Order: sequence, then C-alpha cells, then structure tokens
Amino acid sequence: MTVTVFIPGALRNECGGATRLDLEPGEPVSLTGVLDEVAATYPRLDRRIRDERGRLRQFVNVFVNEEESRALAGMDTAVPDGAEVRIIPSVAGG
Amino acid sequence: MTYLLAIGTKKGFFLATSEDRRAWRVDGPLILGGDDSTVQSSVYAIGIDTRRSTPRLLVGADSSHFGPSVWHSDDLGANWNEPAERAPIFFPPDLDTALVRTWQFGFGPDPDIVYAGVEPHALFTSVDGGVTFELNHGLWNHPHRREWYPGYGGAAIHTILPHPDDPDSVTVAMSTGGVYQTHDAGNSWTAVNRGIMADFLADPYPEFGQCVHKVVRDSVDPAKLYAQNHGGVYRSDDEATEWTSIADGLPSDFGFAMVAHPTSGDSIMNFPVAAAAGRFPPGNRLQAQRSDDGGSTWRTFSEGLPEEPYFGIVLRDAAATDGDDDAGWYFGTRCGDVYAAVDSEPRWSPVVTHLPDVLCVRAARI
Repeated sequence: MTVTVFIPGALRNECGGATRLDLEPGEPVSLTGVLDEVAATYPRLDRRIRDERGRLRQFVNVFVNEEESRALAGMDTAVPDGAEVRIIPSVAGG
Repeated sequence: MTYLLAIGTKKGFFLATSEDRRAWRVDGPLILGGDDSTVQSSVYAIGIDTRRSTPRLLVGADSSHFGPSVWHSDDLGANWNEPAERAPIFFPPDLDTALVRTWQFGFGPDPDIVYAGVEPHALFTSVDGGVTFELNHGLWNHPHRREWYPGYGGAAIHTILPHPDDPDSVTVAMSTGGVYQTHDAGNSWTAVNRGIMADFLADPYPEFGQCVHKVVRDSVDPAKLYAQNHGGVYRSDDEATEWTSIADGLPSDFGFAMVAHPTSGDSIMNFPVAAAAGRFPPGNRLQAQRSDDGGSTWRTFSEGLPEEPYFGIVLRDAAATDGDDDAGWYFGTRCGDVYAAVDSEPRWSPVVTHLPDVLCVRAARI
C-alpha cells in the first residue's frame, strides 16, 4: 500500500525540504503507524508533530483524506491504501 | 575582551555583544536550527558554558505548535544543533509524561555535566555538555512530588545550583514545592525550607510546599544562599539548613529575580515587585535594590532607569551578571527592555528596547 504525507512549510527543513513523503507501509496501518514510518527516517520531524507519549501536539492537526484525525479515531485512525495525510498546524497565535 | 549577553523572550532569542559593555550590537531573533518556527519560540532557559575551550550556548525553547527542545551552539550563535535521533530531553515512555519546557540550566564543577530543570517538576542531567539529558529518578521518585503544585508560571524546577566544589551536591528550587538538596549525586533529596514562609498554606512554615521564586549562591562562600520567595526574601549561611529573613529595608518582599555578584561575597541584587496581588514595580517605578552586606541593608540602584511610571517587572531568570571582577549587571523586563550597568559606572543604560517579554538573560565574558 502507499500513503502520501504532505509536510507544512514550517517543517520542511526537518525532512530535507520535501513537500511530501511517499511511504509504502507493508500492511494496513493506523495513523500511529504512518507517523512511526515518518519517525524512522525523520525523527526530529516526528518530534515536532508528536510528544514523547506519541500524542499529537495540541496545535498540530493531521488530516486523513481531508478528515481531521481527532474527529475520527485519533491516532488509531485507519489509513487506507492511497490515503493522503496532511499535517496542518493551527493558524493561531499573535 | 568581548561580553556576550543572551536574551530569551516570549517570542524569540536575541544575542547582544559588546567590547565595552556600553555599546551593544544586538542580533535576532535567531532561528535555532532547521525549523523556521524557532524564530518565534519562547525561550525560558539559556546557558553559557564557559568551562569549555569554546563557549557553548544552550537554549531551551518551545514552540506553541511544535513543542520544546534544547539547541546548542559552539560558534556563538552562528549555527545551532539539536540531536537528530532523539530529543535532548524527554520523559521515559513508562511515565506517561511529556516535557512542557526547560526552565534553567546549571553547570557543575565536572566538565560536561549539565543540569536542566524542567516543567513538569523534574531535573535532568547531561554528561555530554548539554546535548542529551537523562531524568534524575531520585528526585522524580521523591514522595513529596505528588504534593508539588504548579505556581502561576508553571510546575517547574527553575533553580539549579550545583555546588562549585562538590560534584555530588546540588540544590534545586521550584514553585510550588520549595528548595531541595542532594549530597549523594542525586540519588536522594531532602527538603531544605526551614524558615521560609508559605503564607498561603494552613501551616505557614511547612517542611515543603513553599513557592520559592529564585535561589542564588554567594560567589565567595558557597554555603551562603539567597532566596526570593513568594513573599519573603531570605539568606541561609549554612547551605539551606536554616533560612532567615533579609527583607527589612526592601520596598517589598515580593519578587522573582535575585542575582549574586560574580566575585564579591555578600553582594546581591534584588528586583522587587509590589505584591502578589500587584505584580508591578513598587510605586510603578522600575528599580533594582542592592545589598553589599548579605542583605542586612539595601539601597536603591536605579540611576538611568525610566523615571516615568513603568509596569514591566523582572521575571525570575531575567537578571544576570557576567563574571567580570568589575561586575556587569543585566536585567530585562516584561516590557521588552534590557538594561546593563557595571560596578565601576553604576548607572543603568539600555542595551535594547521594545523586545517581546524578556523571560531570561545570561551574560558572560568570552
């Protein structure tokens, strides 16, 4: 299966400037599994997205096929073959 | 001679350099690494490790979006590094706890040993000069820990005072928990708050639970400590076994910051705040209070500071000295102004103004 993870501009320096990461998990995965794949290659990018408990940082949103993961099953959200995973920080702050 | 003044703000890290401590070049906000968002991170902790052949800068910063980390620079801020494979500071997975931010660094007598006090209340130790840290389990497992509460600023260990001669002895302080001390390299810790008042508790002199805002060590006598409490200013002459009040003569006994002279004993600077319920400078006048007799007497040290009403206080780590015999003193305010003075010319002058809230400053002669 394939999964594409889109990287926001603020974090692209953590993955060599890539705007997207094309992953090939060997089997159906959860969102945790997708981010574990990201962490295997780009651990510092992962740390910007998740804390050491594996939880999404408060103002980081992850969409799976255009649905926000917190409205689905959170980190247990199933990521289907061909899914687009978008990491989108909240637009907030002064 | 070059003097370095590092300034951490609510939104960004700035570096000032000077040859004479009168004219300053200020750079920033600096990007602390590959992540562009670090340019606007909150910087609560700065360390300047002058024990090394090349000074190492440590910055504990946290992004509201992308979390906390620690960056280090060995070229005075031109380049910043952060370990790729693991976070510099993180709680072991079985503790189900996440790092909020780093609040202070401490440097002991042993080379490459660096301590970090963090939120939530914990102490970490590095043996590689502050690149990676490990949790101090002795303090984390202290039976008091479940009764430590967050002060208004957070549940943080904000003071770390390694003993300058004994690598096994470290004193830490926190809000709200008080002062703790180890003499066996961090395996066991003892509350050392006798004499410090906690007027917000049923027992005003409890074993622990005091809201200590800052503790500093006398530069000549390492057994002499000074504490700015949440109401109360204290000195200990026996390394925190007993504390006695030195608040007489100050316009207020409330405040956050306290600084000891880098080379002269009994010389300290205090930055009073009107009251717990009035967190502005006393009389709305920005001021420092100085004592050169261990806090027995105080004098106002305010020449050069604004004479108009001023409402920005000095936070707990927003004051520092630079280690020079002709001491340079520095502080920053929540209004984003940073001032400097030297003993031989005891008049404050601005280093930089109109920054975001200043959270911490650190200075060194390099």
